[in-house]
Amino acid sequence: MITAKIRKISTVVEEIHQEIGKEISPTTRRAAAIAVIENPFAGKYNEDLEGLMVIGEELGKLLGERAVAALGIEPSQAEGYGKGAIVGENGELEHAAAILHPRLGGPLRVAVEKGAALVPSSKKMGGLGSPLDVPLGHKDAAYVRSHFDAMEVRINDAPRANEILVAIVVTDSGRPLPRVGGLEAKDAKGEDGLR
Amino acid sequence: MPEVIVRKTIVSVEDIFHEGGPVSQKPHRRGAIAAVIHNPYAGRYVEEITPFIEDLKPLGLKMAQDLIAAMGAKPSQIEGYGKGAIVGSGGELEHGALWHAPGGYSMREVVENSKAIVASTKKVGAVGSRLDVPVTHANASYVRSHFDSIEVGINDAPRADEMLVILVMTTGSRIHSRSGGMLASEIKGEDGLK
Repeated sequence: MITAKIRKISTVVEEIHQEIGKEISPTTRRAAAIAVIENPFAGKYNEDLEGLMVIGEELGKLLGERAVAALGIEPSQAEGYGKGAIVGENGELEHAAAILHPRLGGPLRVAVEKGAALVPSSKKMGGLGSPLDVPLGHKDAAYVRSHFDAMEVRINDAPRANEILVAIVVTDSGRPLPRVGGLEAKDAKGEDGLR
Repeated sequence: MPEVIVRKTIVSVEDIFHEGGPVSQKPHRRGAIAAVIHNPYAGRYVEEITPFIEDLKPLGLKMAQDLIAAMGAKPSQIEGYGKGAIVGSGGELEHGALWHAPGGYSMREVVENSKAIVASTKKVGAVGSRLDVPVTHANASYVRSHFDSIEVGINDAPRADEMLVILVMTTGSRIHSRSGGMLASEIKGEDGLK
């Protein structure tokens, strides 16, 4: 039973075939799963944000699974992830924090199998059509440089004043043409979440 | 014969549960697919551009099939459709018109009941431009409950020598449709209009 009142869910899959004229094979792919929910605390200050933390846990599972399904991969094939939220004008920035930080990560990590690394995040207040650049990193080793990236997400009719837009992005690859050095995915141990 | 070179594709699927009114058990599903392709005529005026229509047909068909698959739908469940194109700054509006036949007829080949003309929009635009792609009922253009549009765009396309070609589909009426007019249940399905 989901307690979040969801108005809509959108998934986007981006597949890159060419970058600056060079063929990318296999294609690099990333998927965003985005939910637009009612903000139960819009319009007034609430000291206790437990209600939003519960919603964060629900959406970690729902959106994590949707993003993996949209890529059509096994959870173990997910390589990168990120999360973000845009709070409509009658809310406060802390509402995004309550959804994203305490409990969303656990079920997301189940959806992508493992996930030793911190889930990079971004948040802001915004209106209809506001774009959010969701930061991305390797799911098991934050220092893997080829997977540093961001995906722009945007829904033209959200968030309304009393809504929150919550996004999870999952990738099955890094950037299309990585060549700036740093730790490579094949050298990552994936134990401490960093290397 | 120009080759169709695809730089990237995006597929998006939207499930709408409510818009301030009663929450629907079955969400209204809307899907869009866009391909960023090289514009073989960018940068100069080319008189004879129609050969590219034929070249685009396999892409159109694949996009129509991929979109239905991404929506988890059967071809018989698609009730609305539309198409569009954004031409990068090195091209001309007429290049977008090349998408009419391959975009429209590919959907009509795949969508089961599709007697209606496929509504469309097109424009010349910069990287990140967004296009409101019109949606009408696939079998009868006058069905008011299915008039809609889906906003589509990609933050890094179209570049000057590219075009964005787009197909959209829906599985039903607007979520709180109640503005009268012809209903889907009243379709005769003979002329594509009513």
